[in-house]
Amino acid sequence: MRALWRLRAFVGPAMPAFVGSMLAALVAQLIALTIPQVLQQIVDGPLANRDAAAVVPLALLVFGLGAVEALLYGLRRWLVVGPGTRVEARMRNTLYAKLQDLPVNFHDKWPSGQLLSRAVSDLGLIRRWLSFGLVLTVVNVIVIIVGVGILMSMNWLLGLIFLVCSLPLWWAGYRFEGRYSEKSRLSQDQAGDLATAVEESVHGIRVLKAFGRGKHALSNFRSQAESLRSTEIAKARLDADIWVWIMVVPAIALSICLTVGIWLAAQGQLSVGELVAFFATATVLAWPIESIGFMLAFALDARTATDRFFDIIDSENTIVDPAEPRSLDRPRGELAFTDVHFRYQDSPERFGDLLDGIDLVLTPGETMALVGLTGCGKTTLTALTTRLYDVTGGSVTLDGVDVRAFKREELRTHIAMAFEDATLFSASVRENVLLGRPELAGDDPSVRAEADRVLEQALAIAQAAFAYDLPEGLDTRVGEEGMSLSGGQRQRLALARAVAAKPAVLVLDDPLSALDVTTEAKVEAALREILASTTALIVAHRPSTVMLADRVALMEDGRITAVGTHSELLRESEHYRFVITSLEEDARLAATVEDPGPDPAPETASQTEQTIAAEFEAEARAERATREEATR
Amino acid sequence: MSVTGVQGEERDEYSKTESAQIRARSRALLGSLLAPLHAKLWVTAAAIVVSSAAQVAGPALIAYGIDQGIPALINQNWFPVAFAGLAYLFTGLIGGVLIATYIRISARISQAVLIDLRTRVFLHTQRLSLEFHESYTSGRIISRQTSDLDAIRELLDEGLTLLVRGLMYMVFTAVMLLIIDAPSGLVLLASLIPLGILTRWFQLRSQAQFRRSRVASARLIVQFVETMTGIRAVKAFRKEKRNEEEFGRLVEDYRGVNARVLGLFAVFNPGLALIGNTAVAVTLLWGGFRVVDGSLEVGVLLAAVLYTKRFFDPMEDMAMFYNGYQSASSALEKISGVLEEQPSVPDPAKPVDLWKAEGTVRFDGVRFAYTPDRDVLPEFDLEIPAGQTIALVGSTGAGKTTLAKLISRFYDPSDGRVSLDGVDLRDLHPKDLRRAIVMVTQEAYLFSGTVADNIAIGKPDATLDEIKDAARAVGAHDFIESLPNGYDSDVNKRGGRVSAGQRQLISFARAFLADPAVLILDEATSSLDIPSERLVQQALQTLLADRTAVIIAHRLSTVSIADRVLVMEHGRIVEDGSPEQLIAGTGRFAQLHAAWRDSLV
Repeated sequence: MRALWRLRAFVGPAMPAFVGSMLAALVAQLIALTIPQVLQQIVDGPLANRDAAAVVPLALLVFGLGAVEALLYGLRRWLVVGPGTRVEARMRNTLYAKLQDLPVNFHDKWPSGQLLSRAVSDLGLIRRWLSFGLVLTVVNVIVIIVGVGILMSMNWLLGLIFLVCSLPLWWAGYRFEGRYSEKSRLSQDQAGDLATAVEESVHGIRVLKAFGRGKHALSNFRSQAESLRSTEIAKARLDADIWVWIMVVPAIALSICLTVGIWLAAQGQLSVGELVAFFATATVLAWPIESIGFMLAFALDARTATDRFFDIIDSENTIVDPAEPRSLDRPRGELAFTDVHFRYQDSPERFGDLLDGIDLVLTPGETMALVGLTGCGKTTLTALTTRLYDVTGGSVTLDGVDVRAFKREELRTHIAMAFEDATLFSASVRENVLLGRPELAGDDPSVRAEADRVLEQALAIAQAAFAYDLPEGLDTRVGEEGMSLSGGQRQRLALARAVAAKPAVLVLDDPLSALDVTTEAKVEAALREILASTTALIVAHRPSTVMLADRVALMEDGRITAVGTHSELLRESEHYRFVITSLEEDARLAATVEDPGPDPAPETASQTEQTIAAEFEAEARAERATREEATR
Repeated sequence: MSVTGVQGEERDEYSKTESAQIRARSRALLGSLLAPLHAKLWVTAAAIVVSSAAQVAGPALIAYGIDQGIPALINQNWFPVAFAGLAYLFTGLIGGVLIATYIRISARISQAVLIDLRTRVFLHTQRLSLEFHESYTSGRIISRQTSDLDAIRELLDEGLTLLVRGLMYMVFTAVMLLIIDAPSGLVLLASLIPLGILTRWFQLRSQAQFRRSRVASARLIVQFVETMTGIRAVKAFRKEKRNEEEFGRLVEDYRGVNARVLGLFAVFNPGLALIGNTAVAVTLLWGGFRVVDGSLEVGVLLAAVLYTKRFFDPMEDMAMFYNGYQSASSALEKISGVLEEQPSVPDPAKPVDLWKAEGTVRFDGVRFAYTPDRDVLPEFDLEIPAGQTIALVGSTGAGKTTLAKLISRFYDPSDGRVSLDGVDLRDLHPKDLRRAIVMVTQEAYLFSGTVADNIAIGKPDATLDEIKDAARAVGAHDFIESLPNGYDSDVNKRGGRVSAGQRQLISFARAFLADPAVLILDEATSSLDIPSERLVQQALQTLLADRTAVIIAHRLSTVSIADRVLVMEHGRIVEDGSPEQLIAGTGRFAQLHAAWRDSLV
C-alpha cells in the first residue's frame, strides 16, 4: 500500500475535500441506519397503541432524516468533483511532462499504447478510487461495525447469526475479485493483440491484397478473437458464481434470522417492532457487506495503476540539462566528433559498439555528406548531435563546447534536424514548418509578416509549393488528424521545417529519399544556396545528394575511414566506390577512363553502344567488389 | 445529402428521413446478428423473469412470517414459520441460480454477436477496394473495428445485463407492491412522475456532456500519441513547452467535461434518494394510519416500506448505462455504414480458373477515372507480351501507379477491360489472380512476427530453405543472418529497428518467393542503398527473365534492365519503345536520360 500512500503528494490541497466527503458519506449512512429505529418506534408505539396522531411526527421524522440523507449523499459527491478531477489532471500533466523529458531510448523501449493506457485509463481509475473507493471503503467498514452493533443490541442471537453468515461473502467477494481482475487483465491483453491484428490488417492491406492473403490474416484474427471470446466467457462464469454467493448467502442468513426471529417474537423476547427494525437494518447493511470484497479488489487495482504511474515518474532521466549550462550567442557552427563511441543499451554483449571511435570535424559553413552502408550507424551519429542520445564514450562539441554542457533547448536551437521518416504534427502546414521558430507565432502584424517571409522562403527551398494548393492553403491541417500527404510531400515539409529554423548547424538524414528525380534536383539546387553559409551534416545514399557536399565522410564498421571530396574518395577508396556508385555510374566511369575528356561530346549512338559495352565490364567489377565485401 | 454507406458519418445532425434510414440499417444489422440466437434469447428471457420474481418475493415472505407466523406459533403451529423460512431460502436459491444461468447464457449470446460482428467487419474491410481505404483513411477503419466494437462490447458485457435486470426488478417490485398493498403501490406509482422528470433531465443533459467527453478524450489521446510517436521531432524542435501548454489545455477541457458529468450524477443520485425516501415516508404515514384503523397488517407495512426503498436501487446503474447504450448505438450506426459500402472491385460471380498463367497482359479501350468529370487515364490500348519487362517512366502524378493498380486489380477500369492471357481480370478466380500477379510497393509493410514469417507471406507453405533461397536471391540473406536471432528475429511493430531499405529487401524476398507470372514493382527500390540496389538489379535480371514485369522507377538506373520503356504524361503514354530507341530519339526519355547523366558529374 506504500504506492497508494505516495499519492498524497498529488492529493495535497484536495485532502480536506476528501475528508469532508468521507464525513458526509459516513453521516448519511448512519442516518440510514437510524431510520429502521424510527420504524421500530412507530410499530411498537403508535401502531401497537392504535394512536393515529402519534404516527404523524414519526413519519415526518423519517421524511426529514431521508431528506438529510439525500442531501449528504449529494454533498459527498459534490465535494470531490472538483478536487478529484483536479488531482487526476495534475497527475496527467505531470506524467506528460515527464514523458516528454525522458530521452529517446526510453521511448524506444515503451510502445506508445502502453504509455497511453497509463495516461488515460489508469489515471481515471486512480481518480475514481480516491473519490469513491477510498471514501466508501472507510465508510462501509464503519457502517458495518455500527450496524452489526445495533443488530446485536436489539438481539444478540439474531445479530450473531447475521454476522457469521455474512463472513463467507467477504471471503468470496475478495477471492472473486482476485480471479476476476486476473481474467480482466488477460482479456485486456488479448483485446490489445486483437487490435494489433486489426491495425496490421488495415495498414498492410496492400500487401494482403497483392498476395491474396486476406484468408491468412482472417485466420490469425479469428484465432485471436476466439481466445478473447473464451476469456470473456470465463469472466462471465466467475461473475455468475459470485452472484450465486451474493444471492444465496444473505438468503440463508435471513431465512434463519426470520425463523428464529419469529420464534423469539412468539416467545415475547422480541417485539414486533424490533423484528421489523431488524429486517429494515439488514436491508440497509446488505450493500456495504456485499461491497467489502469488491472494495478491497478496487484498492488492489488502484495500487497497480499507481505503481504503473510511478514506474514512469521514477524512471531516471539519463539526458538532462547540466547544473551550470554554458551558452553561445552566435555559434560559428564548428561541429566536432572526438573518439565518439555509442552502443544501444539493449544491444547484445557479443556485438561491438555501433559507433566505435568516430573522429570528424566540420568547419563552420562546411557541408559534409555522411556515406555508408545501410545499418552502419549514420542515423545514430546524427542523433548524437542534438542529444537525442548521449555518447557512451568520447564527445561531440559545438564550437569547442561539449553538447552536454548546453541546455538542451539551446542546443536544439543551434542545431536543427530533418529525419528520414518525416513526422508532421496535427496542426496547420504553417505551424508545422515554423515549429522551430516559436517566436514567429502570434498575430502581431510585424511578426506575421516575418513569419510569412520565412515560410515562403523555406517552402521555396524545399520545393513544397504544393502546400499553397491544399484545400485551405497553408492553414490546412496535416498529420494524424489532417490531410494525408504522400511520403515525398511530408519529406519536403520536414525539410522546410529544418530550413526555417535557421540553425547554425543543419543535420539532414537522407532528406530526399522519397522524392522523384526532377524534384530532387530542384531541391538540391535551392539547398546549395543556404548550405553556403550553414554548417551541414547530410546522410546520403545517392551520388546526387553527395554532390551538395564540400566534403564526404565515409563510415565503415563504426568508424570514419575516409574524408575527402567526392572525386578524391572515388579515386582513393574502394569501399566508397562500392557504396556510392551505381551500375551505370560505374559504366560511365569506365567510359571516362577510356575517353578522359572533361566534357564528353554529345550523346551519339555509337557512344551509347560503348556505354552499354562498358556496362558489362562495370557489372563484373561490381560483382568483384561485392564478393570482396562478403569475404572481408 | 445521402447517408448511404459511410457518407455523412462525421455529421452531428441528420434530417428525419436520414436518421430513420440509419436506424433502419443498424436495426437490420442487429436483427441479422441475433437471428441465429433465438433459442438462447428465449431461455435468458425466461431466466430473467423467474429470477426477478424470486428476488422480489423476499419482503412479502417476511411480511407473511410476521403477520401469520407469530400468531400461529403462539398456538404452537410451526407450519407458517417453517413455510416462510424455507420459502425465503428457496427463492434466494432459485434467484441466485437463475441469475447465474442468465449471466452465463447472456455472455455467450453477446460474445457470439461480437465475434460475428468482428468477423463481418474484418472480412468486409478486406473485401473493400483500395479506393475506399484511400479515401476513408486507416485511422477511421481501425477505430470502427476497435473503439466502436468496444463500445458495443461494453454495453453487451455489463450494460445490457444491468439494464434488463434492473428494469425487470423494478417492474416486478411495483407489481408485487400493488398486489400486497394497492395504496402503497399507488404511492410508488405517483413517485414515478418526479422520477420521470428527473431521469429525463439527466438523460438530456448527460447525453450532450457524454458526447463532449468523448470528443475531449479523443483530442487528448491524439495529442498524447502524436507526441510519443513523434518524440524525436518534438525534442529536435523544442516543442516540449508548447506541447505542455497545449496538453494542459486539453487536460483541463477533459477535466471540465468530466467534472460536469460527475456533477450531473451528484444531482441525479441524491435526487433519486430524495424521491425514494419521500416515497418511503409517505408509505409509512399512510400505511401507519391504516394499521392503526386495522385495515393493514404490520408485516405488510414493513414489506411495503422495503419494496418502496428497494424499487429505486437499480436506477443509478441504469442511468450509468444509458450512456453506454447511446455510444453503442452510434457505434453500431457507423459500423452498419461501413458494412453497407459495396466493394468497387467485387469478386467474380462465376470465376474463371487459370491454372497456369503465361503472363500476357492486355488493356482494351481502358479508361479510368475516380470521378466522372476527370479522367486519370484517358482511353488507351496496350499489350504487354508474356515475358516482357516494361519500365514505366514519368513525373509524379502521371498515372504510372494507377496503371499498375489496374493490372493488379486494386482498381477496376471505368471503361474497357484489362485481361490476363485473354481472361478479363474481373472474371478471374481471385486465387489465380493473386497467384499470377503480384505487386510490390514502395511502402514495404512488415507484419509483427519473425522475418521468416514475413517472407512466407509470399507463399504460406514455404519451407525455411525456400525462404532462405528467396532471401539469398535478393541479397537479403546476409543482413538477416546478422540480426540477433537471424530468420527468427522479431521485426517488432512497424518494422522496429529494421531500416527502410532492409524492409524493402524483405518485401522483395516475399515477392520472389511468391513466384508470380506477372510482377509489378512500384518504386520498390527507393530506400535501398546502392550496393543493395545493385544486388537487387542483378537478381531482377534472372528473376524477370521468364516473366512479365512492370517496373515503376524514379531512378533511371532501374530502367536499364527493361526491354521496353513507356513514358507517361498526364495519364497518357507518350513514348513507347526500347530504351536504346528512346535514348537515340529526342523525346522526353532522351531528355531525362541526358539530365540524369549530367547529374552524375
